[in-house]
Amino acid sequence: MEVIPTVTQREQWMVESQVFGIYNNFKELPRRAQTVLLEIVCDKHTEYLTNGLRRLPPSFCVLDANRPWLCYWILHSLALLGESIDVNLKHHVVDFLSRCQDPLGGYGGGPGQMPHLATTYAAVNSIITVGGRRALSSINRDRLYAFLQRMKDPSGSFRMHEKGEIDVRACYTAVSVASILNILDYKLVENVGDYILSCQTYEGGIAGEPGSEAHGGYTFCGLAAMILINEVHRLDLPALVNWVAFRQGVEGGFQGRTNKLVDGCYSFWQGGVFPLIQRLLRSIEEQLRIIGCRKHDNDSSKINVNLPEETRQMHSGLFEQKGLQEPPDVAKFSDVGFDFVKRSADIGPLFQNFALQQYIILCSQIMDGGFRDKPGKSRDFYHTCYCLSGLSVCQYINLETADSSPIAQEVLGPYSNLLEQTHPLYNVVLERYYSARELFSHL
Amino acid sequence: MDSDDEQTIPLSQRPEWADVKPVPQDDGPNPVVPIAYTDEFRETMDYFRAVYLSDEHSSRSLQLTSEAINLNAGNYTVWHFRRLILESLNADLHEELDFVENIAKKNSKNYQIWHHRRWLAEKLGPDAAFREIEFTKKILSLDAKNYHAWSHRQWVLKTLGGWEDELEYCNQLLRDDIFNNSAWNQRHFVVTRSPLLGGLDAMRDSEVDYTIEAIITYPENESSWRYLRGLYKNDLKSWVNDPRVSSVCLKILSTKTRCIFALSTLLDLICHGFQPSPEYEEAVNALPLQRSDVGPSSSSLAETICSVLEAIDPLRGNYWNWRKEQLPALVT
Ligand SMILES: [Zn+2]
Repeated sequence: MEVIPTVTQREQWMVESQVFGIYNNFKELPRRAQTVLLEIVCDKHTEYLTNGLRRLPPSFCVLDANRPWLCYWILHSLALLGESIDVNLKHHVVDFLSRCQDPLGGYGGGPGQMPHLATTYAAVNSIITVGGRRALSSINRDRLYAFLQRMKDPSGSFRMHEKGEIDVRACYTAVSVASILNILDYKLVENVGDYILSCQTYEGGIAGEPGSEAHGGYTFCGLAAMILINEVHRLDLPALVNWVAFRQGVEGGFQGRTNKLVDGCYSFWQGGVFPLIQRLLRSIEEQLRIIGCRKHDNDSSKINVNLPEETRQMHSGLFEQKGLQEPPDVAKFSDVGFDFVKRSADIGPLFQNFALQQYIILCSQIMDGGFRDKPGKSRDFYHTCYCLSGLSVCQYINLETADSSPIAQEVLGPYSNLLEQTHPLYNVVLERYYSARELFSHL
Repeated sequence: MDSDDEQTIPLSQRPEWADVKPVPQDDGPNPVVPIAYTDEFRETMDYFRAVYLSDEHSSRSLQLTSEAINLNAGNYTVWHFRRLILESLNADLHEELDFVENIAKKNSKNYQIWHHRRWLAEKLGPDAAFREIEFTKKILSLDAKNYHAWSHRQWVLKTLGGWEDELEYCNQLLRDDIFNNSAWNQRHFVVTRSPLLGGLDAMRDSEVDYTIEAIITYPENESSWRYLRGLYKNDLKSWVNDPRVSSVCLKILSTKTRCIFALSTLLDLICHGFQPSPEYEEAVNALPLQRSDVGPSSSSLAETICSVLEAIDPLRGNYWNWRKEQLPALVT
């Protein structure tokens, strides 16, 4: 019987042959030419990005409800490249985003649009990336807090906008902005962990909603949110690590879901899970020890509880007890993002760092500026942002502490490819985060 | 359709809009990421802002939101306002389903369309179940992994019902493409949640047989291995003790296939208390490998498996190495 390849197989083989074609051509080039191809064409990227900040063609009408996102993708990319923008342009960014800020709190997709959690996240991260007192004080934190409260569903999860959809993205963007602005409190946190937990699938990754398929974007969002609310131990971490480790493909880049195609943006959504895992090693190993202990119990008795359930009960018991004696408030969450990045990484990366850098530079980079999903696709600001974010993750992942610099061996291509470091939970450039925190931690 | 012709006449020249003063976007003197809007886009949105701000729930407002959505289906404010109008006008929601279907044909990967569709189906109630199931089927026939379509389908099943043929639908999609992980995920959803099938405990036995057949046909298919493990999510003890699980690993390894998933499943089994018989060790040792890659043979089977995986799966070398370091706490 003739075996006909399935759609998944055919598409996968097509991408593999394109990617391996690129790698094989590269191998045959003289060393000098190779060095040129491995270079991040910083000037070209900067030109592409700043042009976008200044003017976008009519084809962007379909992104008219995503303008704070366009700001974030561009500004964060520039910040990762170490490019500063001039003072006037900074003022223009702040003025424009202020026009997207709703009088009752939160940011919409453009001036006059309803406030939305995703564009609020993009706007807040953009403003922090621009930096400076004028920018940071343009955020109405009290109103933003009220907006977040309005978006909170009785179940504990969040809605994207008034009467909008509930998913893990909404939970992450709400928790992330609240955390970075130091307005995260128990009222906002309450039960959001239950929702995220219910989205971890049998595969180990996290889905957008309970029952859906494990997915890179939601896995990053769910894991980062759980860390920010101090409940990460409730997830089945060994299963999550296993799932994400398997998302790196032979192309070197990551796929978003099992048996899907590689895509440059997952360099961050999946790749960005690894710096988180590195700092969670103690929790992960604790969960593994519980497996070990339970196994021995099993030999003699019939105890049989699933691991995450078991740790969940154990820890939430502790959590509730503490809660009774000492009501948790803002102070409980205000240092989480800061302490987390300062934590030392107890282990090297659990993925192939250079293979990912190679995919980003040789397959996703466009020599005329910008990055793309995969060969054959065209560039866009979203993929530029998340390819660069993923590349930065790779370059800094072998550092044991947050405040040192990578050595040349960690950076694929010339050392001038070294990007700025990004905060692994918020995805804003670390040094800009520190400046913002200096202001917000005193408010 | 008439409405298409109508769009070519600018709003400012349509008599029914003569009384409305368009409201320009407040972009400020120096906007960033300014979009060079087409004239049609700018004018439509200027009129939209006018009716949105005056909160005019009229049929001309409804028509205007259609035009705005046709130009940018991602504008959630327009969709939200449209829902308010539909409610005020007590509009025929079946017509609205047609409208969404037309938009979805052009762009089926947009949160707003699916959220709107959910809102509609919720209003229409259980009678809408069949149409919604068929609608997602149509979208999935074009892209069998469309994330939004699957989420919508699951929501319909949970909220409105329509479970009768769902397992057969999964069968059909997996016959078309056994590597379709979304179909496997849906299968897990049906088996664990369908009120007609008795739940995972009732379904496990036949599902294990189905999955093992799929694994044997394509041992390189990660989806089926993960699905197999998922069948025991609430009962890991049965997973360790079900001879079908361990023996499918042995069967595949015995053919000298360097199957990452068979090895990693065997490793997980041992970590959870599975006691391998000597055949397992023999099968692992007989795998075609360079012995120097694997290290001393005195180590435990779990250690050997980690070493073999490090060698045959270099992309995850660090991961397998870490797994090996964790073994002492797990395997004694
Ligand atoms: Zn992408």
